[in-house]
Amino acid sequence: MRYLTPRKSAVGLGAAHEGTQHHWQMTVSAVALAILTPLFMITIACAIGLPRELVVAYFGRPLPALITGLFVIVGMVHFIKGTRIMIDDYCHGWTRKAAIILSAIFGWAVIAAAVYALVRMGLGAIIVL
Amino acid sequence: MADVNRGNRPLSPHLQVYRLPLAAVTSIMTRITGHALVAGIVLIVWWLVAAVASPGAFACADWVMRSWLGFIILTGSMWALWYHMLAGIRHLFYDAGYGLEIEQAERSSQALIAGSVLLAILTLIIFFLF
Repeated sequence: MRYLTPRKSAVGLGAAHEGTQHHWQMTVSAVALAILTPLFMITIACAIGLPRELVVAYFGRPLPALITGLFVIVGMVHFIKGTRIMIDDYCHGWTRKAAIILSAIFGWAVIAAAVYALVRMGLGAIIVL
Repeated sequence: MADVNRGNRPLSPHLQVYRLPLAAVTSIMTRITGHALVAGIVLIVWWLVAAVASPGAFACADWVMRSWLGFIILTGSMWALWYHMLAGIRHLFYDAGYGLEIEQAERSSQALIAGSVLLAILTLIIFFLF
């Protein structure tokens, strides 16, 4: 016969079999974003108002491209995990599933769009050279 | 004796009349700013994709970026980003077990609001000066 002792309920990964992974991943991305946020603001502030050719050339450079790419990727992964918590709090049943799926699709679509644009600008810079 | 203490009972904190403490308001604002930031990132990513798509697409996205609506979205996002970042840093301290006393949370909430507004104003000044 097995007994559910207080120790047993505390050991292992818990009912969701995820343990503290979600929280830890939010912590890691939060620290990364705390570093990236000021850099991203400076990067975007320098690019706003430029004509199209200069915008393309600007994001073809390594630092603006890396900062923008990292910020959008880490930021949207942080967003998907963050909305997951809000959805878990306020939505139930079918709505919850739909909302989680939509938030993941939206988040990865934004990442893909930004990476696509940055790759195009980077390759454009190489072709011009 | 049913009504000995009718006038002095503790009242239930009914949600619709209950005034939230400042620490609760700043905590909820963290979630709201985090989700509202979607508007800013979508606008910027649209602008980036438009830049590689075609001159017409860029002209359209750039017009929105420089319009009053774009200014409101970008400035709002900038403040929300500062706020969310400062609140996130506070959360890291919470996680480590610091600042959890009521007076400390009250003070960090005031610092959070003041700090984010100050950083936003500073960012705007720097942006328009350079």
